[in-house]
Amino acid sequence: SVSHSQITRLYSRFTSLDKGENGTLSREDFQRIPELAINPLGDRIINAFFPEGEDQVNFRGFMRTLAHFRPIEDNEKSRDQNGPEPLNSRSNKLHFAFRLYDLDKDDKISRDELLQVLRMMVGVNISDEQLGSIADRTIQEADQDGDSAISFAEFVKVLEKVDVEQKMSIRFLH
Amino acid sequence: MFLLLPFDSLVVNLLGISITVLFTLLLVFIIVPAIFGVSFGIRKVYMKTLLKIFQWATLRIERGAKEKNHPLYKPYVNGIIAKEPTSLEEEIKEMRRSGSGKALDTPEFELSDIFYFCRKGIETIMDDEVTKRFSAEELESWNLLSRTNYNFQYISLRLTVLWGLGVLIRYCFLLPLRIALAFTGISLLVTGTTVVGYLPNGRCKEFLSKHVHLMCYRICVRALTAIITYHDRENRPRNGGICVANHTSPIDVIILASDGYYAMVGQIHGGLMGVIQRAMVKACPHVWFERSEVKDRHLVAQRLTEHVQDKSKLPILIFPEGTCINNTSVMMFKKGSFEIGATVYPVAIKYDPQFGDAFWNSSKYGMVTYLLRMMTSWAIVCSVWYLPPMTRQPEEDAVQFANRVKSAIARQGGLVDLLWDGGLKREKVKDAFKEEQQKLYSKMIVGNHEDRSRS
Repeated sequence: SVSHSQITRLYSRFTSLDKGENGTLSREDFQRIPELAINPLGDRIINAFFPEGEDQVNFRGFMRTLAHFRPIEDNEKSRDQNGPEPLNSRSNKLHFAFRLYDLDKDDKISRDELLQVLRMMVGVNISDEQLGSIADRTIQEADQDGDSAISFAEFVKVLEKVDVEQKMSIRFLH
Repeated sequence: MFLLLPFDSLVVNLLGISITVLFTLLLVFIIVPAIFGVSFGIRKVYMKTLLKIFQWATLRIERGAKEKNHPLYKPYVNGIIAKEPTSLEEEIKEMRRSGSGKALDTPEFELSDIFYFCRKGIETIMDDEVTKRFSAEELESWNLLSRTNYNFQYISLRLTVLWGLGVLIRYCFLLPLRIALAFTGISLLVTGTTVVGYLPNGRCKEFLSKHVHLMCYRICVRALTAIITYHDRENRPRNGGICVANHTSPIDVIILASDGYYAMVGQIHGGLMGVIQRAMVKACPHVWFERSEVKDRHLVAQRLTEHVQDKSKLPILIFPEGTCINNTSVMMFKKGSFEIGATVYPVAIKYDPQFGDAFWNSSKYGMVTYLLRMMTSWAIVCSVWYLPPMTRQPEEDAVQFANRVKSAIARQGGLVDLLWDGGLKREKVKDAFKEEQQKLYSKMIVGNHEDRSRS
């Protein structure tokens, strides 16, 4: 589990981002981080912190979202299966990434949504036609039930060989 | 009420005597040495004593925390999370190698590509390289100032008494002393330069102007109890050159100008600053700009070029970062000063925040609050390194030259060398950087996908 010092550090970070000093972060507070502002998917990532329809996130929500990126420790793998799945399980990490693509939150990545996210990642450097064929190919390769969209199960299948635990984990130095 | 009368004159007498004594001491121990540029070494002894006390205080706090079995909050200067220094290209290639069995050299899009951007984004939310440069550095051990204490609950009674004593000394003894010195220094500067300004131009005027400036800056140095160690003084800037340094606070000017004679560059302010600036320029040719002229880069460059081409004129002092950074890193140098073609004399300034953090967080504190904080710290301790002069090589442009100088300064001062613009303190980052990232990624996914698209 998260140690006391890690929580203290993240709280310190939370307060340093909270320029309005009202205990919550707004989207502008995130956008003030230059390295995040130049990330092509910066806005999608920021969005992941805010629950549906809300403009402010408190420390609890902040920690909850960041919890997805805790490394999967060995002792957690053997924890009791009856409890709720931890936020940083492989499945939940994949779900986090899935939600970055799924713009309208209908649990499906449609061709349109994939196109929009691709456009964010490539900017103006690729034409609509090229991007369209990339999207078509990707959906064709992943789609198994023939609905021309990628469901979460299909998403998981495509990525079964990828080391998700390593790619979507952030380690504390201490 | 009447009983107080005989005591009244006694009190007045005592007050008069103590003020005279104080003033004489001030004169003998501080102002006279400042005029001649010598030092009794009082400040160094003060510094050593303080260090011993700080070490003791830190040990006490650690003991207190251990007794309660709590982990102590220790600030980490090198970041709180492990960041992989791999680039976009490397990571995506690695993911493709492990994820799918497809050939590596066919550039294409994979659903897993998003992991890179996602993780990098979350990493910067937890700890980024830029925003932490705009607030004061966290100290590893406590220096008996409440402004730097993170472990309040572990302070014992003895420590509290010591802290209280410190408050008394700093606010009731050091602060009035320093304000008196600052007042003396500034008024001497204004009157001295105005008087020298009436002299006809020539060797005599130059000599007097130099010494008036030096004397007043030295008094100001003592007004802040600044303990400065100068290294490599043989590399000090010469006439016709430009001196560039990293910027942490307005005190940088006082620190450099008390060891050399420079022409200042800057915007004319109103109020007290404006009075000082107008007086200074009477004695020696500083380069002051009106607010409207500052925006005109061409005009600025022209006036600076005129100044450096006149070999009799003093070296210009410039801070190319353009804003105050917290002295843990050096941020982008604006290329303006490096286009002029003069010899650049880099100077690295590193403060020791243990005795008083000199960083001016201008979004948090105004100038007056900042100066009060400075004057109620223990001391301002810093090291100044004069680096060997550099000139622009034929094959490099102004930006590359600026980066080369910046790296040299960062290396000498033990600071992190960043490419980010200090202006990000207030402004948003330019879209061009995001576009660069998008372009890079596009190159990775565009390729022979045409033959793979099916109807």
